[in-house]
Order: sequence, then structure tokens, then C-alpha cells
Amino acid sequence: MIELIQVEKTFDGVRAVYPLSLTIPKGQIHGIVGTSGAGKSTLIRIMNLLEKPDKGTVKVGEKILTYLSEHELRKARQNIGMIFQQFQLVLNRTVAGNVEMPLELVGVSKKERKKRVEECLQFVGLSDKKDAYPSQLSGGQKQRVAIARALANKPSVLLCDEPTSSLDPKTTIEVLQVLRHIKETLGVTIVIVTHEMDVVKSICEHVTIMREGKLIDSFQIEPQGLLVNEDQYIEDLRKMAVVKK
Amino acid sequence: MEKIISYQSEIWIAIGQTFTMVGFSILAAIVVGLPLGTFLYLSRSGNLYENKGLFLLLDTFVNIIRSFPFLLLVVFLIPFTRFIVGTAIGTTAATVPLAIISIAYYARLVEQSLLDVPKGIIEAAISMGATKMQIIFKFLYREARAGLVFGLTTATISFISYSTVMGIVGGGGVGDFAIRYGYQQFETGLMTFTIIMMIILVQAIQVTGTAISKKLDKRS
Repeated sequence: MIELIQVEKTFDGVRAVYPLSLTIPKGQIHGIVGTSGAGKSTLIRIMNLLEKPDKGTVKVGEKILTYLSEHELRKARQNIGMIFQQFQLVLNRTVAGNVEMPLELVGVSKKERKKRVEECLQFVGLSDKKDAYPSQLSGGQKQRVAIARALANKPSVLLCDEPTSSLDPKTTIEVLQVLRHIKETLGVTIVIVTHEMDVVKSICEHVTIMREGKLIDSFQIEPQGLLVNEDQYIEDLRKMAVVKK
Repeated sequence: MEKIISYQSEIWIAIGQTFTMVGFSILAAIVVGLPLGTFLYLSRSGNLYENKGLFLLLDTFVNIIRSFPFLLLVVFLIPFTRFIVGTAIGTTAATVPLAIISIAYYARLVEQSLLDVPKGIIEAAISMGATKMQIIFKFLYREARAGLVFGLTTATISFISYSTVMGIVGGGGVGDFAIRYGYQQFETGLMTFTIIMMIILVQAIQVTGTAISKKLDKRS
């Protein structure tokens, strides 16, 4: 579904991504991990050309993004949803207004927009919040709105740039559940960039590890389900207790 | 009080002239200042229409206009005013320098409001496949709207202040009335009345502007 061929990127003389190739098959939940500065964020931003690679080819679905004109690229991006660490919702629009946005941009009729917005909000479990403003929501809810917005145009790919990094463990689960649900019911290919090992272990089926701009390993893993569990944490902490003599 | 009544018609004329001058200033600010401020923002490095040359040009223009003491700007612009409206004297002529300063002043405030919009919103818009026009109108202005309204309120009050000196080119207005009838004819009561009127007007504009801006702001 996503194919990067020898892409590379340099910022002001600093190499963010060394030439690398990566193929992500359709319907996979693919994790990209690494510490900060590893180039993982640049890599995911290359996938929808938010960051244009200096060299190399980016292919998503049937389209070679790096060959497209400005206009064609905009069209192609409508097929690639993206969510961000800081959600990036339009704060002066309601929840429904935000989800409606991508549909408005492509000129979907008002009636159809309304229907689609309801579907998407129902999917992420936020139908009751449709008239609220983002500032009235919790972090997890904001990210779910962002997911609903990313799904509005029925994309075949969802790019997630640190989707849970500003969330607490409980709301992280909320978001991961939705992501897994998307994969299972809609067959969307999901790429998750994260530095949180728990996120990778819980839902990723394939992991790519980056360090200092280089891809150092990439292999399949068996997702262990949503491990981030409060009781488990407490249990683990208890095991670490120092017993005074 | 008697004085005020006897000068009633002059006061009304002066109020009319002030409204004409300030009205045109607001119009110029919105029609030209808003796009100018938007381009100032967009052409800045790292932004949507990054263009060093254009940014430098617009930035310098705004700075030059704003560095003039306003009275000198009015005098300096006399040939230009004459060219545009055919005369350099009167209320209509007074609107020309007022419009110029209004455009420069509001453009700066627009730029500032737009700079407050988080860059991430624009990235989100690009990732959705928005056109540049859609990014400006549906994302940038949407998120900056409270600041744009608040800025226009601040600007309007400055326009009123600028309009008070337009007596120098026969522009008339409330300020000119206060100077000529109140100050120069030693009618302190008349002058005080005019000042109180201005205070009430400015207060009303500020309160209304702040209220609208607050109502539009859903960011927190």
C-alpha cells in the first residue's frame, strides 16, 4: 500500500533520513519507533509529502506521489488521513464542524456531509459531543475527533504521528482501541510513529526501528493486545517494592 | 447647555464628518488592510507563500507609513490626494491619508493575529488536501477571527483619534469642532461636552468589539 524507495531528507545540512526503502502492505498496522531525533517523524511526513524527500520515490496505493502535480497531490492526500500529537483541531469549530471539514474541502453536498459526519462520530463513539467545541473535550476525545476527521473522506491509509504521546495511559487505550477497530472493520492501512513501546507492543503487527536517521531493523511482531492496564501497573510496582529489614 | 443647543447643527455636521472619515478608514482597513496583512503573514519565511522580496516590500511599506507623524503624512500626501480625488481640501480629501494609515495599521494587526494561529493547523489542512485559498479562509481566518475583530476594534479607536486632526485640511469632524468652537472661542463647556461625547463613543466601540471577539473565541 505504501512504498518508499530510497527516500532521503536533509535539513540545513543535517541528515534527518538517510536513503531508505520501506514497503507497508495493505491493512497492516505498522509501527515506526525510535528516540527523538531518529527521523521517524520526518519519515511519516514523507509518506504524504508534508515533507518532500530530497531524493527517492513515494508510492501510496496506485499513485506515485513524488511525480504528481500540486493539484493531483491534493487529490491524493484526500485518500491519506493523518492525525497528530497535538490533535490540530480547528478550535473555533464544533466537533461536527471539524469532522465535516475534509468533506467541505472537496465540495460534498450538505446533506451527505451531515450523514457522513454522523457515521464518523458514531464510529469513534462521540455522537453525543457533536455540538461541543474541542476545548470542552479531554485529550483522548480530541484525538478521537481528529481520527473521525481523518476518516471522513474514507481514506485507505491513516498516518499517526505520535498519536498518544500527549495522553495518559487510560485515554491512550481509548485511542488505540479506535485504531484497532479501524483496521478490523475498514481495512485501513495504519502507520504509527511513536516512542512509546507499550503502543507498539499492543497493536502493531510490524515494527520498523530507526536510529539517527537510519532504518536499523524491520520485522513482523505479534501484537499483544492492549497492555496498558492500570491494575497491571500497580501490580508491577508492588513487585518492585523494597522491603525494609 | 444653551451653547450646546445653539451649536446643535454644527455638532451634527461634525459628527457626520467624523463618521464618514472613520467609516472609510474601516472600509479601507478591511478591503485592503486585511489582504495586505494576510500577504505579510503568508510571504514571511517558512509560510505558505514564502517570498523574501515580497515580504521585505510589504514590511517596509507598512513601516514607512507608520513611522510618519500623522500630521506630516497628511501634508506629505497632499499631491497624491489631489491626484486621487481632485482636491486636497475637505472631508472627502481627508479620507485619503486616513485610508492609507488605516491600511498600514490594520495590516500589522492582521499579521499579528495570524501569527498566533498554531502552525500545526496549517499542516493538518495541507494533509487534508486543502487548497491555499481554503487554508486561508477556512483555517487561518477561522482560528484568528477573535484577534481580527479585536484588532479592528483597536484600529477603529485609533482611526477616530487620527480623524480629529483632519481639520488641518478642512476635513472637519468632532475634533475640529472642539478645537475651533470650544478651544479657540474659549467655550470650555463646549469643548468638555465634545470630549465626553468622544469618551462615550470610544467606550461603546471597545465594549462592543470586546464582546463580539469574546463570543467568537472558542479556543479555551
